[in-house]
Amino acid sequence: MKMPDPDVDVIARREDILAAMQSLVPGEGVIADATGMAVYESDGLTAYRQLPLIVVLPETVEQVSAVMAYCNAHGVKIVPRGAGTSLSGGALPAADAITLGLGKFNRVLEVDFENRCARVQPGVTNLGITHAVEADGFYYAPDPSSQIACTIGGNVAENSGGVHSLKYGLTTNNILGIEMVLPGGEVLRLGGKHMESEGYDLLGLMTGSEGLLGVITEVTVRILPKPTTARAVMLGFESSEAGGQCVADIIGAGIIPGGMEMMDRPAIKAAEAFVQVGYPLDVEALLLVELDGPSVEVDYLIERVREIAEALGYVSMRVSESEEERLQFWAGRKAAFPAIGRLSPDYYCMDGTIPRHKLPEVLARMSKLSDKYELGVANVFHAGDGNLHPLIMYDANKPGELERAENFGSDILRLCVEVGGVLTGEHGVGVEKRDLMEEVFTENDLKQQQRVKCAFDPNQLLNPGKVFPTLHRCAELGRMHIQRGQLPFPDIPRF
Amino acid sequence: MVEILKPQTSEQVVDAIAWASGEEIPIEILGSGTKRGFGRPMGDANRTVAHAVDLSGFSGITLYEPEELVLSAWAGTPLAEIEAAVAEKGQMLAFEPPRWARLYGEEGGTLGGMIACNLAGPRRVKAGASRDHILGIEAVTGRGELVKSGGRVVKNVTGYDLSKLLTGSFGTLAALTQITIKVLPSPETIETVVLSGLDDEQAIQAMSVALNSSHEVSAATHVPGNLSDVLPGGGGAITAVRAEGFVPSVGARSAALQKLLAPFGATSTLDMEASKAFWSTIRDVEPFVGTDDSLWRLSVMPSEAARIIAEIGAPAFMDWGGGLIWCQADTADAASLRRALAAHGGGHASLVRAGEDARRDIPVFEPQPAPLAALSTRVKDSFDPRHILNPGRMYEGV
Repeated sequence: MKMPDPDVDVIARREDILAAMQSLVPGEGVIADATGMAVYESDGLTAYRQLPLIVVLPETVEQVSAVMAYCNAHGVKIVPRGAGTSLSGGALPAADAITLGLGKFNRVLEVDFENRCARVQPGVTNLGITHAVEADGFYYAPDPSSQIACTIGGNVAENSGGVHSLKYGLTTNNILGIEMVLPGGEVLRLGGKHMESEGYDLLGLMTGSEGLLGVITEVTVRILPKPTTARAVMLGFESSEAGGQCVADIIGAGIIPGGMEMMDRPAIKAAEAFVQVGYPLDVEALLLVELDGPSVEVDYLIERVREIAEALGYVSMRVSESEEERLQFWAGRKAAFPAIGRLSPDYYCMDGTIPRHKLPEVLARMSKLSDKYELGVANVFHAGDGNLHPLIMYDANKPGELERAENFGSDILRLCVEVGGVLTGEHGVGVEKRDLMEEVFTENDLKQQQRVKCAFDPNQLLNPGKVFPTLHRCAELGRMHIQRGQLPFPDIPRF
Repeated sequence: MVEILKPQTSEQVVDAIAWASGEEIPIEILGSGTKRGFGRPMGDANRTVAHAVDLSGFSGITLYEPEELVLSAWAGTPLAEIEAAVAEKGQMLAFEPPRWARLYGEEGGTLGGMIACNLAGPRRVKAGASRDHILGIEAVTGRGELVKSGGRVVKNVTGYDLSKLLTGSFGTLAALTQITIKVLPSPETIETVVLSGLDDEQAIQAMSVALNSSHEVSAATHVPGNLSDVLPGGGGAITAVRAEGFVPSVGARSAALQKLLAPFGATSTLDMEASKAFWSTIRDVEPFVGTDDSLWRLSVMPSEAARIIAEIGAPAFMDWGGGLIWCQADTADAASLRRALAAHGGGHASLVRAGEDARRDIPVFEPQPAPLAALSTRVKDSFDPRHILNPGRMYEGV
């Protein structure tokens, strides 16, 4: 993975840029010493590290705007950053770029129950929103597993999901508006407390744009009344086919569970060894189905799920009888990553999405790849929406293992694409999957995405080196290649 | 005389648009053309739109996997055909696409038209709009290039979400060729809880209480007495909230909602069949069907809806718990209507139906602040640098 060559001219101007930043963001908002900047050198994709040019931590939208206007005028690149929990390197710094941290934007500005929304600053954590509204019986639905730490600004940038996204949607379905700053420093508001943003759906475009189009300075999120009851069913199957069929039959019966997660044998074993919650160890697939809503509905659906699982010949089944037990069922799944961490010095978490019925095929072929690369792999799976998280186990201290793990990962993602899926369900492209984009998109597809980038950021200064494998200058992308001539389509019916 | 091209493959759409782009010939992009009355009249004194690309022959479902909750079809596929296919498997388009054709005295509508207009019905409050259910798109840009975005899986963040950007772009960025959407199970049963005789302000409060409860209300509307004649059981003001889902759950939630809403007056209920009839009337804006009177669609902060209606002083009803106002205000009052919105929490007003002159003189879509308008124009340029696709339909000169 190669990042763009740093601009030596910008690095040579570092002292001038630093002075400008200090005048724009007074106090302790500028960090320039190597020790202070070290915490910003990577994000959740820790295999890559790079010290930024300077770290700037503004506190007001005016400061963000001034910093961006300065950078735009002086050709300085910017890497926006929330809590730095990205698993795809979305916040990886560049040597010639300012890292713009939004951590000081950490206030809940307004909770509006009448309109079922909250206005928050981008540095508020995902869980922080729920904490601000839960006393009144509300919550914010998307729940990425990093929700304790990750910020809503980062969630918007990555269009984060979570275990409840099949029923409650991703970030893009749960926000109403944003305030953002364009690379030139202009401040825009998209949407608001009303339900539809006007004109082109730039709010939809911004969500999941990975910090390449603008810097988000405020978010209006939808909040939902909390379901009164939630219970979980834990099912063990002797094959991934049976587990997958159970998922298909549940959805086929018209049931959309609040959460539906599957784990394969290596993941079950690791999780059980770590948290001892009573997962069955004699099964190939463990399925957790969470039903939420009014208690009468939950009870009814648990029976329906039981019938479906029975017809498929489950090996084991437990239904949570208390909130404590429900959380216990989930504890193993939620601890799957650290549990793998206990078995292996390092692990690499992948994020492909596949059509669900391809799961057995993908697991079988993944197991062959595991043999080929001589690296173990465990799978956790957002089974309802087909989002697969293979965890590749490796040891970075052994020469060549990281590279082997990365190649294994790339092969898994190519496999996902081959069976009709995509590279990333929720972690984003970032730097990690950048060079695989051509597996999914044609040159025309990628060029059109980059033209949209140019509409926002004509100097291409925001979050450089991410998402796009090949860089084109905006002027080149804008050029038209015209072939003039007669109506060249005699076959098209005309009226 | 408009020359109409009817391509039936993506390659033919590419050919047609590449030609128009090369010759700088403005073209209208059409599905079945039932919502042509929505938007600015296209072209201007210097550019007459004399060619159309009609996608209604580019039709057919290409993939439907009920257990994967996914359906793909060519853009010209009739919406009715898609709804019938998913209904057969007990599924639905959860955003409840309305039949706006009826507002213009037409019938029908295509999948492409639904996406191009980002349609959404009463279930918007719970399930979102077309834009929340689009998974992938293939389209031909104004540069004459076939591009795709998204995919056929329900969870995907690979690349920019151009599918959402194209949804609601009224054919001004690209001609849609193939569309993949998420489908969901239809509810086993439906029950509607009805309150009678509330004024707008009381109705907002009642709907808010229902929507803020944990009873999973999937629609909330209020129609005042002067517009309720077309509704089953109409005559006076009607406020209604809907519970949908599995039989035991709907029974329990409907009972809970009746209890919750009792302080607002006596409640009654509509069963599944009556509910379907009632909500399709709201969905299709029936109170304003059958006339040519100018019609506005206001997307507002729900809590302000009653005050906005009072200030405008024209016949109006609310959907989405107050978040959507349909309003038969005169076009001469456009400016004061938009001022009322701005003074009450913001939002936007679209002139959905009016004579051609009015739609030329009055911004059909909410005017945008200068930096946002400039950005929208740059986005348009990035897809359609020569402004040949539906030129001027959304904004003058764009």
